[in-house]
Amino acid sequence: MDTRERVIAIIAEQAFLQPSDVREDMTLGDLGIDSLGVVESIFAIEEALDIRIPFNANDPQASEFDISSVGRILGAVERLVAERA
Amino acid sequence: MRRVAITGAGTINALGHDVPSTLAAMREGVCGIGSLDIRDVERLSIRIGAQVRDHDESTRFGRQQAALYDRFTQFALIAAEEAVATSGLCFEGELGLQAGVILGNSGGGLGTIDDSYRAVYEEGRSRVHPFVVPRLMGNAASSAVSMAHGLRGPTFTVASACASSNHAMGLAFQMVRSGMADVMLAGGSEAMLCFGGLKAWEGLRVMSPDACRPFSATRSGMVQGEGAAVFVFEDWDRAAARGAEILAEVAGFGMTADARDIVLPSVEGAERAMRLALADAGLDADQVGYVNAHGTGTAANDRTECEAIAGAFGNHAGRLMVSSTKAMHGHVIGGTGAIELLACLSALRDGVVPPTIGYEAPDPDCPLDVVPNAARQARISACLSNAFAFGGLNAVLALRAA
Repeated sequence: MDTRERVIAIIAEQAFLQPSDVREDMTLGDLGIDSLGVVESIFAIEEALDIRIPFNANDPQASEFDISSVGRILGAVERLVAERA
Repeated sequence: MRRVAITGAGTINALGHDVPSTLAAMREGVCGIGSLDIRDVERLSIRIGAQVRDHDESTRFGRQQAALYDRFTQFALIAAEEAVATSGLCFEGELGLQAGVILGNSGGGLGTIDDSYRAVYEEGRSRVHPFVVPRLMGNAASSAVSMAHGLRGPTFTVASACASSNHAMGLAFQMVRSGMADVMLAGGSEAMLCFGGLKAWEGLRVMSPDACRPFSATRSGMVQGEGAAVFVFEDWDRAAARGAEILAEVAGFGMTADARDIVLPSVEGAERAMRLALADAGLDADQVGYVNAHGTGTAANDRTECEAIAGAFGNHAGRLMVSSTKAMHGHVIGGTGAIELLACLSALRDGVVPPTIGYEAPDPDCPLDVVPNAARQARISACLSNAFAFGGLNAVLALRAA
């Protein structure tokens, strides 16, 4: 599984959906993932990919890490993985 | 002031996963203590406890729920569900605003703390699961119960070590009695049987390596248990008006502090708490037929408690039945008073006084009828339930038969 597939699998599991049902234009809200689900997803992505995600749940919009859509999350995670390598 | 009825009861503990199986085990004198099945048990010098067996969180809770609930919260939810179901109450609408939850607990999510410290210290991991705080906080169980049943009134957790759930039930009783709430869920929960929890207790050197034998000359210390019990306390008139089955009446509550020693109990503080509970209930000493003792099986507790009972009851002490059920379900710390209230219901409702099992030989310092080894049939119209905690905090409930 590449990075994108792993992240989508984590998001899909949080949303109780199949990975094929998760589209990049969707927001986490569209997927029914609440604030605890967001922090749990971020934790799972960090664990799976051995990265540190700069996300602050106090003000998600102001975080460096953009979670405004699935596509934005995928892009941000790929950049973090590239920086780590 | 209102009278307070118990209209629901629920539990999960080493003797059973519900009230009927627990009461049956108490009647039969079943010992729930056995070899501990926990991680790193071989590094403990104390390897016995009264564990809840065959509890599978994945069958009781969804994945997302299980991720949020430490074992002590799971126990509380299971006990509360049974208590609410037996009460027949539904908390939708106005009643939810007039109802709350007070649970006793001492260790919080100790298993979660243990696992998380292992992860960062032992395994060198750089992060722990994001739900560690909502799992470990001491009020996690009370809050989860309030959310599960829509209880929106006074809700919090009481921590007074081994007296936690008696204090919790005492406060809930006072709230219903005073009119602050119409219905309260009250009790306690504890899940301390993990490596770190037991290692800490080992340090005090009060744990028995083989068995819990309260009031017996051969006693060798306390044995820990785990579990929860939750009760529905309801305004008596309200319960009667809806035709609810009333299991017993909570009649009085007494609480004191020794203000002396952080671990050693005092006769004076314990005796005064019993006297206060009797006075609060309007009971004369000779109306009481049974005392569920704190009875930890330590020399310090058992001798002090017997002297305190003799002081509080005078000549009637010799006619009382006094049993410690901890030899069956273990010492459930912050949940123990709640599980022991089930023994009181057995005595008041079923006329069955649960025994002090493990009793081998009389101790001249404990010259009371401790109902050794076999349950006894008796008509009990009123009883006390004692809890005396580290920190010198004493909490005694008085109950009457319905």
